[in-house]
Amino acid sequence: MNERIERLRTECVATRPSVSGERAELLTRFERENESVKESAPVHRARGFRYILENETLYIGDDELIVGERGPRPRAASTYPELCCHSLDDLRVLSTRRKTPFLVDEATTALYESTIIPFWEGKSLRERVFAAMSADWHAAFDAGVFTEFMEQRAPGHAILDDKIYRHGFLDFKARIASARERFRTSDVPDRAARVDELDAMDIACDALIRLAERYAALARRMAGEAKTPGRRAELLEIADICSWVPARAPRTFREALQMYWFVHLGVVTELNEWDSYNPGRLDVNLYPFYRSDVDEGRLTRDGAKELLECFWVKFSNQPAPPKVGVTEEQSATYNDFTLINIGGVTPDGADAVNELSYLVLDVIEEMRLPYTGSCVQLSKKSPDRFLLRTLEVVRKGFGQPSIFNTDAIVQEFLRVGKSLRDARAGGPSGCVEISAFGKESCILTGYMNWPKILELALHDGVDPKSGRRIGPSTGDPRTFDSFDQVFSAFEKQLRHFVDVKIEGNGRIERLFAEHMPAPFISVLVDDCIEKGQDYNGAGPRYKSTYIQGVGMGTTTDSLSAIREHVYVRKSLSMDRLLRVLAADFAGHDAERNLILHETPFFGNDDDRADDIARRIFDAYFDAIDGRPNTKGGAHRVNLLPTTVHVFFGEKVGATPNGRRAGIPLSDGISPTQGADTHGPTAVIRSVGKIDHVRTGGTLLNQRFLPDVLKDEEGLRKVAAIVRTYFRYDGHHIQFNVVDSATLRRAQESPEEFRDLIVRVAGYSDYFHALDRALQEEVIARTAHSQA
Amino acid sequence: MGAYSGTVTASGVGSILDVKRFAIHDGPGVRTTVFLKGCPLRCAWCHNPESQETRPELLFWSERCIACGACVSACPNGAISVTASGAMPETDRARCTACGACVAACVPRARTMAGTKRTVGDLLAEIDRDVLFYDQSRGGVTLSGGEPLAQPGFAADLLRECRLRRVHTAVDTCGFADEEALVAVAEHTDLFLYDVKLLDDEKHRQWTGASNATILDNLRWLSSEGKRLWIRYPLIPGVNDSTRDLEDLGRFVARLPEVEALQVLPYHASGARKFVHLGRRYALPDVVPPGPEAILNAAAAIRAAASLPVTIGG
Repeated sequence: MNERIERLRTECVATRPSVSGERAELLTRFERENESVKESAPVHRARGFRYILENETLYIGDDELIVGERGPRPRAASTYPELCCHSLDDLRVLSTRRKTPFLVDEATTALYESTIIPFWEGKSLRERVFAAMSADWHAAFDAGVFTEFMEQRAPGHAILDDKIYRHGFLDFKARIASARERFRTSDVPDRAARVDELDAMDIACDALIRLAERYAALARRMAGEAKTPGRRAELLEIADICSWVPARAPRTFREALQMYWFVHLGVVTELNEWDSYNPGRLDVNLYPFYRSDVDEGRLTRDGAKELLECFWVKFSNQPAPPKVGVTEEQSATYNDFTLINIGGVTPDGADAVNELSYLVLDVIEEMRLPYTGSCVQLSKKSPDRFLLRTLEVVRKGFGQPSIFNTDAIVQEFLRVGKSLRDARAGGPSGCVEISAFGKESCILTGYMNWPKILELALHDGVDPKSGRRIGPSTGDPRTFDSFDQVFSAFEKQLRHFVDVKIEGNGRIERLFAEHMPAPFISVLVDDCIEKGQDYNGAGPRYKSTYIQGVGMGTTTDSLSAIREHVYVRKSLSMDRLLRVLAADFAGHDAERNLILHETPFFGNDDDRADDIARRIFDAYFDAIDGRPNTKGGAHRVNLLPTTVHVFFGEKVGATPNGRRAGIPLSDGISPTQGADTHGPTAVIRSVGKIDHVRTGGTLLNQRFLPDVLKDEEGLRKVAAIVRTYFRYDGHHIQFNVVDSATLRRAQESPEEFRDLIVRVAGYSDYFHALDRALQEEVIARTAHSQA
Repeated sequence: MGAYSGTVTASGVGSILDVKRFAIHDGPGVRTTVFLKGCPLRCAWCHNPESQETRPELLFWSERCIACGACVSACPNGAISVTASGAMPETDRARCTACGACVAACVPRARTMAGTKRTVGDLLAEIDRDVLFYDQSRGGVTLSGGEPLAQPGFAADLLRECRLRRVHTAVDTCGFADEEALVAVAEHTDLFLYDVKLLDDEKHRQWTGASNATILDNLRWLSSEGKRLWIRYPLIPGVNDSTRDLEDLGRFVARLPEVEALQVLPYHASGARKFVHLGRRYALPDVVPPGPEAILNAAAAIRAAASLPVTIGG
C-alpha cells in the first residue's frame, strides 16, 4: 500500500471507537420542534432524516479520496434513541467494559442526562417491544432460549444491487413522482398511505443530495486553504464528484465508489441496520467503470487499487453502533458485518470473475481490516486459479475472505420462489445469510438455543437453572421407553418455543412497520417505489424472516449419547444420566469418560450421529419454514451463531455429550469443539448430510495448521476440500490458518499480537478483542493437520 | 460392473493398524491411507513401532492413567499388577495375550489396542466415503504400514478392488519382500512410494536388522518395469547423513531407468513416545532432528549425485 493508505489505515486502526451524541441530539431537536406537526409516520421520519443530514458535522480527512462519515469523525458511532435510549448506566458500562468499549466523553453524558433521556424515555421502540411481548416470550428470553435481534436494532440485510450505478437520485425522484401520480388517481383503498410513503421517499432522496452538496462545498472551502497544490487539486476533484453523485448516475470508477458511499451513509444514518448496509457484488458492479476508465486512460490498476483501499478504510471507520445487554452478548464485536462479495455468476449465469475480482483480493490481503468483511462466491464455473488465489489470501491467517457456494445459493433462492435472475444476482451478507440483493428484506430475528431446549425436554419443561416452568410438560424422561420418546419431547418443546418466537416476531414487525418506516432504504429496494410501500412493511419484492438455529454439534452429540448409552447399550439409566448432569459431572469421571470415548459424535462421518443431526434439522425446518410473517412473506431457517454460542453456553447446564455447564456450545454447523477426530473430509461428509438447500445459510468453521497450506500442493488439496464440500451443496466454509501455540502466546502477551485476526463465526475480529471464553472456544476447535 | 454396485469378490482379512482420511503426504491429492500391521524390518528410528508386529498389541498411555486398578481385575491372565497403593499398574508383556479385556475396562483410555482384523469389504466401505475428494483432487488410496508387502494376498485384493472402482492406488513400502509378493501387489498399484534407508549394506543390517540386497533388487525391477516410483529417503542424523551415504544414494538413483520423484523425509522423534507405550526401549534416544540448513545441504548433495530434483517432505 502507498503512504496515503498507510496513514489512513493507521488512523483507522489506532483510533478508539467513541460514542457520538450528535445524531441523537439533532433528532431530538427535530422532534421537539415538530411535536405539534400532524403528518404521517414515513413523512415525519423522512423529515427527521433530512434534518440530520442538513445539520450534522461533516468530516473530510487529510488524505481521503472517498469522503463522508456517519459520525463527526472516524470511529465515532451514532446512537439511535428512537430505537434504544441508552441510560446513564448504559453509557457508563459502554465506556468501562473490558471488551468492545466505547469512549464516552463528559459532554455526551451530560447531553444524555439533560436532553436525550428526558425526551426519549418511555418512547423508544425497545420499550414498546418489551411491553408488547407475552409472558411466555419473556420467560423464554430471560432463560436464554432465544434472543431478539430487533430489541435495540432495526431490521437489516438490505444489500445493494446495481441500480445506483445506473441511476442517480434525480432519476429515483422521477420514478417516485410517477408512482405517486399513479396512486393519487387510482382507487387503491390505501392510496393515501402510499402517497405519503412516496412523499417520504422523495424527501429522503433530497436529503442525500443535500448531504453531498454540503460535502462539495466543504471540499471547495478546504481546497482554498490546502497546504499543497496536490491536495488542493484532490479536494477540487472531490468537490466536483460530490456535485455530480448521488444526484446523477456515476460516470467513472471513482464516482461509483463515492456514489455507493453516500448511499451507505444514508442507510446507516436513517436507522441502525444491525447488519450494516453493503455494496454486495462489488467486482461485478464496478467492472464496467473500471474497464472503460482503464481503456480510456483515466485510471491505472494502481490508481484503482488506491481508491478501493480508501473505500476499505471507510467501512472500518464505522464501528457497529454500541450494543448493550443480551444483544451485546450475542454479537460482541465492533464489526458491523459488511460483507463485500466478489466472484459468483452474472444474472445470465456466466462466470462473473473478472480482473477486478483479483484486484479486490489484493486489496483484502494488503489491508487486513477485519471490520471490512469480504467473501468470495465460488461457482462451478469459477476457475481454479480464482480459488487458489483466494486460498493464498486465506493462508495469511486473518480469516478472510470466507467462501460461499454460488450454486447452492441459487438453489436455495429458487426453492423459495425467487426468479432465476434475482437468484444469480444475490448472495450472502452479514455472516452467511443470503438475500436477493436490492430486492429483499431478509430479517434475522433471533437465535434459538437448541441445547437449552433439549435441557428443558429432559426436565419436563422446567428450567433447572431457575426451577421455573417455561416450556410445556412433555413428561418425565425417566419414564421414556425409547429414544423416539426423547426426541418427541425435544420436538414438542422446540415447537412451543418456535410458536412463541413467531408470535413475538409478528408483533415486532408491526411495531416497525407502524413506527419506524425507513423511506430512504425503501428507495433502494425493489419494488417499494412501484408499490408505494415501505421497506419495513410490504414494500420489498421478497420478505423473509429468519430464526437462526444454534448448537447443532452439541445437540446432536447429546442426543447421540442418550441414544447410545440409555437405549442401545443401556450402560447408563436415564435417572443416572440426569443425576450426573445435575452434578455437572463432579465425581462422575467414569460416566463422563464413557460418554466422551464411547459415543458416536457429529463430524466423524458416522451415520449413527449424522442421522440424528438430520432429524434435528428436519424438526427445526418443519417447525418454521413457510410460516407466514405479517408482511406477505414467510419464515425461513438458517444456522449460524455470531458469538451467541458463548452466551447460550452460559445459560445451559451440563449436557449429555460430556460438556460441562457454562462451556460454549458448538458454533454454526461445526462439530463440537474437539469431537471431530477423523479429519476434514469426515467433517465435510457429516455436515454435507444436512440439506443446506433448504436453509438461508449455514456456517462451517475449519481450522488448519499453517503447515497444510504451506505450498502449492497444499493449496490445491485444500481447494479440493472446498470444491468437494460444495459438491455436497455446502453453503459456506471459512478457515482459520493458525496454530494453537500462536493463539496461546497471543493470550499471554496480547500486546505482541495486536494484529492477530481470527475467524470467529461468519466474521473476523482481533483475537485480543475477544472475550476469554471465546478465545478458548476458537483454540478448542479441532485443527486439521496432515494425517 | 460388480464393483460399482458394491459387490466385493475378495474375501481376505488383513491385520490393520489404522485408517487415516485426508492423508495429504502419502501420494498425490487427498488420500485415504490404510496402515497394515506387521513389518519385516526393525528400523531403530521407526515412527510407527506399533506397526511392526503383525499381532495386536497393547499400548499403555501413562499420562492418561488414573490408577483406578480396573485393569488388574479385568485381566484373565494375571498379567497386570499394582505394586503400591495408588501406583500405576505394571504389565507383564510376556503374559499379555492382547485379548483386550483391560482395554474395555479402562475408562480414561490409558490402555488401547493397536491392530484389528478387517476385511477388504469393510475397508472399501470406508475408502469409498471420500471418493468425491479423490475425484476432485486426483487422490486415492495408499497402503502403508507396517509393510503392505508383508500381507501380499490381502494387499493385492484390496488394491484390485480399489482399481475396479477407479480409485488410484499407491503403496508405501520398505521393499523388503520376496519377488512373488512384489509382483502380486505391483500388478494393482499405480504408484510406489519406495523407502531407501542406506546403501551401505553393513550399516543397513546394523540399523534395520536386514540386508538391503533384496530391497535394492526389487527397486531396480520396479523401475525397469516402468512403474511410477517416488523414492523416499528418511534423513537420520548420525545414521545416514554422511556425504558418502548421500552420494551413494544419488548415484544409485541415477542408474535407475525410471524415477518420478526423490524425496528427503527429515527425521522426527514422534516415534519415541510410542516405544514407551509399547513397553520397549527406543534405540535412538539422543538423535536431534536435523535443522533446516542440514536438510537443504543433504538434499543438495543427493541432487548433485542423482541429477534429479529432490524435494523435502512427503
